[in-house]
Amino acid sequence: MSQTASTKPTESPPKIGGIESAVKDWSSDQRAFKDIPWGKAMMWLFLLSDTFIFSIFLISYMTVRMSTKVAWPNPSEVFALEIGGTQFPLLLIAIMTFILISSSGTMAMAVKFGYNKDRKTTAILMFVTALFGLSFVGMQAFEWTKLIHEGVRPWANPFGAPQFGSIFFMITGFHGFHVSIGVIFLFIVARKVWRGDYDTGKKGFFTSRPGNYEHVEMMGLYWHFVDLVWVFIFAFFYLW
Amino acid sequence: MEQSQQHSQEHSQEHPISIYFWIWGLLFVLSAFSYMVDILGFESYTRWTLILLFMMAKAGLIVAIFMHMAWEKAAIVYALLLPIVFVLIFVCLMVLEANNTHLSREIFFSSPL
Repeated sequence: MSQTASTKPTESPPKIGGIESAVKDWSSDQRAFKDIPWGKAMMWLFLLSDTFIFSIFLISYMTVRMSTKVAWPNPSEVFALEIGGTQFPLLLIAIMTFILISSSGTMAMAVKFGYNKDRKTTAILMFVTALFGLSFVGMQAFEWTKLIHEGVRPWANPFGAPQFGSIFFMITGFHGFHVSIGVIFLFIVARKVWRGDYDTGKKGFFTSRPGNYEHVEMMGLYWHFVDLVWVFIFAFFYLW
Repeated sequence: MEQSQQHSQEHSQEHPISIYFWIWGLLFVLSAFSYMVDILGFESYTRWTLILLFMMAKAGLIVAIFMHMAWEKAAIVYALLLPIVFVLIFVCLMVLEANNTHLSREIFFSSPL
Protein backbone atom coordinates (compact mmCIF):
# COMPACT_ATOMS: atom_id res chain seq x y z
CA MET A 1 0.00 0.00 0.00
CA SER A 2 2.83 2.38 0.85
CA GLN A 3 4.30 1.65 -2.58
CA THR A 4 1.10 2.67 -4.30
CA ALA A 5 0.95 5.80 -2.25
CA SER A 6 4.49 6.81 -3.20
CA THR A 7 3.99 6.28 -6.93
CA LYS A 8 0.82 8.34 -7.19
CA PRO A 9 0.39 10.51 -4.16
CA THR A 10 -2.16 12.97 -5.52
CA GLU A 11 -4.75 10.59 -7.02
CA SER A 12 -7.14 9.63 -4.25
CA PRO A 13 -9.88 7.65 -6.03
CA PRO A 14 -8.19 4.73 -7.86
CA LYS A 15 -8.56 4.69 -11.61
CA ILE A 16 -10.34 1.68 -13.08
CA GLY A 17 -8.03 1.68 -16.09
CA GLY A 18 -8.01 -0.52 -19.17
CA ILE A 19 -6.01 -3.55 -20.22
CA GLU A 20 -2.73 -1.60 -19.85
CA SER A 21 -3.45 -0.93 -16.19
CA ALA A 22 -4.32 -4.61 -15.65
CA VAL A 23 -1.02 -5.70 -17.22
CA LYS A 24 0.84 -3.06 -15.22
CA ASP A 25 -0.68 -4.22 -11.92
CA TRP A 26 -0.08 -7.89 -12.64
CA SER A 27 3.54 -7.32 -13.71
CA SER A 28 4.36 -4.87 -10.92
CA ASP A 29 6.23 -7.47 -8.80
CA GLN A 30 3.94 -6.43 -5.98
CA ARG A 31 0.40 -7.39 -5.03
CA ALA A 32 -1.69 -7.66 -8.19
CA PHE A 33 -4.96 -6.45 -6.66
CA LYS A 34 -4.11 -2.94 -5.54
CA ASP A 35 -6.73 -0.85 -3.71
CA ILE A 36 -8.84 -3.95 -3.11
CA PRO A 37 -9.09 -5.30 0.45
CA TRP A 38 -7.62 -8.83 0.50
CA GLY A 39 -10.79 -10.31 1.99
CA LYS A 40 -12.81 -9.00 -0.90
CA ALA A 41 -10.33 -10.28 -3.49
CA MET A 42 -10.42 -13.73 -1.85
CA MET A 43 -14.22 -13.71 -1.80
CA TRP A 44 -14.19 -12.93 -5.54
CA LEU A 45 -11.77 -15.79 -6.21
CA PHE A 46 -13.93 -18.16 -4.17
CA LEU A 47 -16.94 -17.06 -6.20
CA LEU A 48 -15.00 -17.71 -9.41
CA SER A 49 -14.33 -21.28 -8.26
CA ASP A 50 -18.00 -21.62 -7.35
CA THR A 51 -18.85 -20.38 -10.84
CA PHE A 52 -16.90 -23.32 -12.22
CA ILE A 53 -18.83 -25.76 -10.03
CA PHE A 54 -22.21 -24.45 -11.14
CA SER A 55 -20.97 -24.27 -14.74
CA ILE A 56 -20.06 -27.95 -14.61
CA PHE A 57 -23.53 -28.78 -13.26
CA LEU A 58 -25.25 -26.79 -16.00
CA ILE A 59 -22.96 -28.23 -18.68
CA SER A 60 -23.69 -31.79 -17.52
CA TYR A 61 -27.38 -30.89 -17.65
CA MET A 62 -26.96 -29.65 -21.22
CA THR A 63 -25.08 -32.82 -22.16
CA VAL A 64 -27.70 -35.27 -20.85
CA ARG A 65 -30.58 -33.24 -22.22
CA MET A 66 -29.02 -33.05 -25.69
CA SER A 67 -28.03 -36.71 -25.83
CA THR A 68 -31.19 -38.43 -24.55
CA LYS A 69 -33.63 -39.92 -27.04
CA VAL A 70 -36.50 -39.69 -24.56
CA ALA A 71 -38.51 -36.47 -24.59
CA TRP A 72 -37.49 -34.01 -21.84
CA PRO A 73 -40.33 -33.18 -19.41
CA ASN A 74 -41.88 -29.77 -20.04
CA PRO A 75 -40.83 -27.70 -16.98
CA SER A 76 -43.64 -25.24 -17.67
CA GLU A 77 -46.16 -28.01 -16.88
CA VAL A 78 -44.13 -29.89 -14.26
CA PHE A 79 -43.71 -26.75 -12.15
CA ALA A 80 -47.21 -25.40 -12.73
CA LEU A 81 -49.19 -24.49 -9.63
CA GLU A 82 -52.92 -25.08 -9.40
CA ILE A 83 -54.87 -22.33 -7.67
CA GLY A 84 -58.65 -22.50 -7.63
CA GLY A 85 -58.79 -25.00 -10.49
CA THR A 86 -56.57 -22.95 -12.85
CA GLN A 87 -53.07 -24.00 -13.78
CA PHE A 88 -50.45 -21.26 -13.49
CA PRO A 89 -47.27 -22.30 -15.31
CA LEU A 90 -44.04 -21.80 -13.34
CA LEU A 91 -45.84 -19.60 -10.79
CA LEU A 92 -43.84 -20.72 -7.75
CA ILE A 93 -40.56 -20.40 -9.65
CA ALA A 94 -41.48 -16.86 -10.72
CA ILE A 95 -42.30 -15.91 -7.11
CA MET A 96 -38.99 -17.42 -5.96
CA THR A 97 -37.18 -15.39 -8.62
CA PHE A 98 -38.78 -12.13 -7.49
CA ILE A 99 -38.03 -12.92 -3.85
CA LEU A 100 -34.37 -13.58 -4.56
CA ILE A 101 -34.06 -10.38 -6.60
CA SER A 102 -35.68 -8.41 -3.77
CA SER A 103 -33.24 -9.94 -1.30
CA SER A 104 -30.40 -8.83 -3.56
CA GLY A 105 -31.84 -5.31 -3.58
CA THR A 106 -31.99 -5.11 0.22
CA MET A 107 -28.48 -6.58 0.46
CA ALA A 108 -27.06 -3.99 -1.95
CA MET A 109 -28.56 -1.25 0.20
CA ALA A 110 -27.23 -2.87 3.37
CA VAL A 111 -23.72 -2.62 1.90
CA LYS A 112 -24.31 1.04 1.12
CA PHE A 113 -25.55 1.85 4.64
CA GLY A 114 -22.69 -0.21 6.06
CA TYR A 115 -20.16 2.10 4.47
CA ASN A 116 -22.15 5.05 5.79
CA LYS A 117 -21.66 3.48 9.26
CA ASP A 118 -25.42 3.47 9.77
CA ARG A 119 -25.37 0.24 11.73
CA LYS A 120 -29.07 -0.03 12.67
CA THR A 121 -30.28 0.36 9.06
CA THR A 122 -27.57 -2.00 7.83
CA ALA A 123 -28.53 -4.68 10.35
CA ILE A 124 -32.26 -4.35 9.63
CA LEU A 125 -31.68 -4.59 5.87
CA MET A 126 -29.51 -7.69 6.40
CA PHE A 127 -32.19 -9.30 8.58
CA VAL A 128 -34.75 -8.59 5.86
CA THR A 129 -32.39 -10.16 3.31
CA ALA A 130 -32.02 -13.23 5.51
CA LEU A 131 -35.81 -13.54 5.87
CA PHE A 132 -36.23 -13.34 2.08
CA GLY A 133 -33.60 -16.08 1.84
CA LEU A 134 -35.43 -18.22 4.40
CA SER A 135 -38.72 -17.90 2.53
CA PHE A 136 -36.89 -18.88 -0.66
CA VAL A 137 -35.55 -22.06 0.98
CA GLY A 138 -39.03 -22.75 2.37
CA MET A 139 -40.59 -22.54 -1.10
CA GLN A 140 -37.87 -24.78 -2.45
CA ALA A 141 -38.67 -27.35 0.25
CA PHE A 142 -42.35 -27.10 -0.77
CA GLU A 143 -41.41 -27.62 -4.42
CA TRP A 144 -39.24 -30.66 -3.61
CA THR A 145 -42.03 -32.19 -1.50
CA LYS A 146 -44.55 -31.64 -4.28
CA LEU A 147 -42.33 -33.26 -6.90
CA ILE A 148 -41.37 -36.19 -4.69
CA HIS A 149 -45.08 -36.84 -4.04
CA GLU A 150 -45.64 -36.82 -7.79
CA GLY A 151 -43.05 -39.57 -8.09
CA VAL A 152 -39.96 -37.65 -9.23
CA ARG A 153 -36.80 -39.50 -8.17
CA PRO A 154 -33.14 -38.99 -9.09
CA TRP A 155 -33.39 -42.16 -11.22
CA ALA A 156 -36.92 -41.90 -12.68
CA ASN A 157 -39.95 -39.66 -13.06
CA PRO A 158 -43.40 -40.00 -14.60
CA PHE A 159 -42.95 -37.11 -17.06
CA GLY A 160 -40.15 -38.17 -19.40
CA ALA A 161 -36.39 -38.55 -19.50
CA PRO A 162 -35.15 -40.03 -16.19
CA GLN A 163 -32.17 -37.64 -16.12
CA PHE A 164 -34.62 -34.81 -15.37
CA GLY A 165 -34.89 -35.90 -11.73
CA SER A 166 -31.18 -36.25 -11.07
CA ILE A 167 -30.39 -32.90 -12.67
CA PHE A 168 -33.25 -31.19 -10.82
CA PHE A 169 -32.26 -32.46 -7.38
CA MET A 170 -28.55 -31.87 -7.95
CA ILE A 171 -28.73 -28.32 -9.28
CA THR A 172 -31.55 -26.91 -7.15
CA GLY A 173 -30.22 -28.81 -4.13
CA PHE A 174 -26.77 -27.33 -4.47
CA HIS A 175 -28.21 -23.86 -5.03
CA GLY A 176 -30.55 -24.24 -2.04
CA PHE A 177 -27.57 -25.30 0.06
CA HIS A 178 -25.78 -22.09 -0.97
CA VAL A 179 -28.83 -20.04 -0.01
CA SER A 180 -29.05 -21.78 3.39
CA ILE A 181 -25.38 -21.15 4.17
CA GLY A 182 -25.87 -17.54 3.05
CA VAL A 183 -28.84 -17.12 5.42
CA ILE A 184 -26.79 -18.44 8.36
CA PHE A 185 -23.92 -16.05 7.63
CA LEU A 186 -26.33 -13.16 7.04
CA PHE A 187 -27.68 -13.67 10.56
CA ILE A 188 -24.15 -13.86 11.99
CA VAL A 189 -22.92 -10.70 10.23
CA ALA A 190 -26.20 -8.84 10.87
CA ARG A 191 -25.88 -9.60 14.60
CA LYS A 192 -22.32 -8.30 14.61
CA VAL A 193 -23.42 -5.11 12.85
CA TRP A 194 -26.37 -4.68 15.24
CA ARG A 195 -24.10 -5.08 18.29
CA GLY A 196 -21.66 -2.58 16.80
CA ASP A 197 -18.74 -5.02 16.64
CA TYR A 198 -17.35 -3.25 13.59
CA ASP A 199 -17.41 0.12 15.38
CA THR A 200 -15.89 -1.03 18.68
CA GLY A 201 -13.31 -3.32 17.06
CA LYS A 202 -14.57 -6.36 19.01
CA LYS A 203 -12.61 -9.45 18.05
CA GLY A 204 -14.41 -12.19 16.13
CA PHE A 205 -14.83 -15.49 18.03
CA PHE A 206 -13.36 -17.52 15.17
CA THR A 207 -10.66 -15.28 13.73
CA SER A 208 -9.77 -13.46 16.98
CA ARG A 209 -9.36 -10.32 14.89
CA PRO A 210 -11.48 -7.19 14.74
CA GLY A 211 -13.69 -6.90 11.67
CA ASN A 212 -14.92 -3.90 9.72
CA TYR A 213 -17.75 -2.92 7.40
CA GLU A 214 -15.97 -4.55 4.45
CA HIS A 215 -17.40 -7.79 5.85
CA VAL A 216 -20.86 -6.53 4.91
CA GLU A 217 -19.71 -6.03 1.33
CA MET A 218 -18.09 -9.49 1.22
CA MET A 219 -21.31 -10.98 2.56
CA GLY A 220 -23.12 -8.99 -0.15
CA LEU A 221 -20.86 -10.40 -2.88
CA TYR A 222 -21.71 -13.93 -1.80
CA TRP A 223 -25.42 -13.19 -1.62
CA HIS A 224 -25.53 -11.51 -5.05
CA PHE A 225 -23.68 -14.51 -6.43
CA VAL A 226 -26.42 -16.82 -5.15
CA ASP A 227 -28.93 -14.58 -6.94
CA LEU A 228 -26.74 -14.63 -10.06
CA VAL A 229 -26.63 -18.44 -10.13
CA TRP A 230 -30.43 -18.49 -9.85
CA VAL A 231 -30.67 -16.28 -12.94
CA PHE A 232 -28.85 -18.98 -14.92
CA ILE A 233 -30.81 -21.88 -13.37
CA PHE A 234 -34.08 -20.06 -14.06
CA ALA A 235 -33.11 -19.51 -17.71
CA PHE A 236 -31.58 -22.88 -18.52
CA PHE A 237 -33.49 -25.31 -16.33
CA TYR A 238 -36.95 -23.80 -15.90
CA LEU A 239 -37.48 -21.75 -19.06
CA TRP A 240 -35.47 -23.54 -21.78
CA MET B 1 -5.65 -3.72 10.12
CA GLU B 2 -5.57 -0.04 10.89
CA GLN B 3 -4.08 0.57 7.51
CA SER B 4 -6.77 -1.38 5.72
CA GLN B 5 -9.51 0.33 7.68
CA GLN B 6 -8.20 3.71 6.67
CA HIS B 7 -7.91 2.38 3.18
CA SER B 8 -11.53 1.23 3.08
CA GLN B 9 -12.70 4.69 4.04
CA GLU B 10 -10.76 6.20 1.17
CA HIS B 11 -11.78 3.82 -1.59
CA SER B 12 -15.01 2.19 -0.47
CA GLN B 13 -17.88 1.58 -2.83
CA GLU B 14 -20.15 4.52 -2.21
CA HIS B 15 -22.88 5.24 -4.70
CA PRO B 16 -26.23 7.03 -4.42
CA ILE B 17 -29.00 4.76 -3.18
CA SER B 18 -31.16 5.59 -6.22
CA ILE B 19 -28.95 3.44 -8.44
CA TYR B 20 -29.85 0.34 -6.39
CA PHE B 21 -33.56 1.08 -6.66
CA TRP B 22 -33.18 1.53 -10.42
CA ILE B 23 -31.36 -1.77 -10.85
CA TRP B 24 -33.84 -3.52 -8.56
CA GLY B 25 -36.70 -2.26 -10.72
CA LEU B 26 -34.91 -3.21 -13.93
CA LEU B 27 -34.27 -6.72 -12.62
CA PHE B 28 -37.97 -7.05 -11.77
CA VAL B 29 -38.98 -5.93 -15.26
CA LEU B 30 -36.46 -8.23 -16.95
CA SER B 31 -37.59 -11.19 -14.81
CA ALA B 32 -41.20 -10.44 -15.73
CA PHE B 33 -40.14 -10.41 -19.39
CA SER B 34 -38.43 -13.80 -19.11
CA TYR B 35 -41.51 -15.18 -17.35
CA MET B 36 -43.65 -13.78 -20.20
CA VAL B 37 -41.54 -15.76 -22.68
CA ASP B 38 -43.03 -18.89 -21.10
CA ILE B 39 -46.56 -17.50 -20.64
CA LEU B 40 -46.83 -16.26 -24.22
CA GLY B 41 -45.48 -19.59 -25.46
CA PHE B 42 -42.63 -18.50 -27.72
CA GLU B 43 -40.97 -21.55 -29.21
CA SER B 44 -37.64 -22.64 -30.66
CA TYR B 45 -35.09 -20.00 -31.67
CA THR B 46 -37.25 -17.01 -30.68
CA ARG B 47 -37.66 -18.51 -27.22
CA TRP B 48 -33.97 -19.35 -26.76
CA THR B 49 -32.80 -15.95 -28.02
CA LEU B 50 -35.17 -14.10 -25.69
CA ILE B 51 -34.24 -16.28 -22.69
CA LEU B 52 -30.51 -15.72 -23.29
CA LEU B 53 -31.02 -11.99 -23.86
CA PHE B 54 -32.89 -11.41 -20.59
CA MET B 55 -30.55 -13.76 -18.72
CA MET B 56 -27.43 -11.90 -19.85
CA ALA B 57 -29.01 -8.52 -19.10
CA LYS B 58 -29.92 -9.61 -15.56
CA ALA B 59 -26.54 -11.23 -14.93
CA GLY B 60 -24.74 -8.15 -16.24
CA LEU B 61 -26.70 -5.77 -14.01
CA ILE B 62 -26.15 -7.91 -10.90
CA VAL B 63 -22.41 -8.29 -11.48
CA ALA B 64 -21.74 -4.73 -12.67
CA ILE B 65 -23.86 -2.73 -10.21
CA PHE B 66 -24.86 -4.89 -7.22
CA MET B 67 -21.45 -6.57 -7.03
CA HIS B 68 -19.74 -3.25 -7.94
CA MET B 69 -17.60 -4.75 -10.68
CA ALA B 70 -18.15 -1.67 -12.85
CA TRP B 71 -16.06 0.27 -10.31
CA GLU B 72 -13.35 -2.30 -9.65
CA LYS B 73 -9.83 -2.03 -11.06
CA ALA B 74 -9.07 -3.68 -14.39
CA ALA B 75 -6.56 -6.06 -12.74
CA ILE B 76 -9.30 -7.95 -10.86
CA VAL B 77 -11.98 -7.55 -13.54
CA TYR B 78 -9.80 -9.33 -16.11
CA ALA B 79 -8.73 -11.95 -13.55
CA LEU B 80 -12.39 -12.80 -12.94
CA LEU B 81 -13.84 -12.54 -16.44
CA LEU B 82 -11.14 -14.17 -18.58
CA PRO B 83 -11.43 -17.62 -16.91
CA ILE B 84 -15.09 -17.70 -18.00
CA VAL B 85 -13.74 -18.21 -21.54
CA PHE B 86 -12.72 -21.72 -20.47
CA VAL B 87 -16.30 -22.43 -19.41
CA LEU B 88 -17.47 -21.43 -22.89
CA ILE B 89 -14.85 -23.68 -24.50
CA PHE B 90 -16.04 -26.52 -22.25
CA VAL B 91 -19.62 -25.87 -23.39
CA CYS B 92 -18.53 -26.16 -27.04
CA LEU B 93 -16.67 -29.42 -26.35
CA MET B 94 -19.66 -30.94 -24.59
CA VAL B 95 -22.04 -29.90 -27.40
CA LEU B 96 -19.88 -31.98 -29.77
CA GLU B 97 -19.80 -34.84 -27.26
CA ALA B 98 -23.57 -34.76 -26.66
CA ASN B 99 -24.33 -34.72 -30.39
CA ASN B 100 -22.02 -37.69 -30.84
CA THR B 101 -23.74 -39.64 -28.04
CA HIS B 102 -27.15 -38.77 -29.42
CA LEU B 103 -26.14 -39.92 -32.91
CA SER B 104 -24.83 -43.26 -31.58
CA ARG B 105 -28.05 -43.78 -29.66
CA GLU B 106 -30.11 -43.04 -32.76
CA ILE B 107 -28.06 -45.56 -34.73
CA PHE B 108 -27.63 -48.39 -32.22
CA PHE B 109 -30.63 -48.29 -29.92
CA SER B 110 -34.06 -48.85 -31.32
CA SER B 111 -35.62 -48.76 -27.83
CA PRO B 112 -35.54 -45.45 -25.94
CA LEU B 113 -32.54 -44.41 -23.83
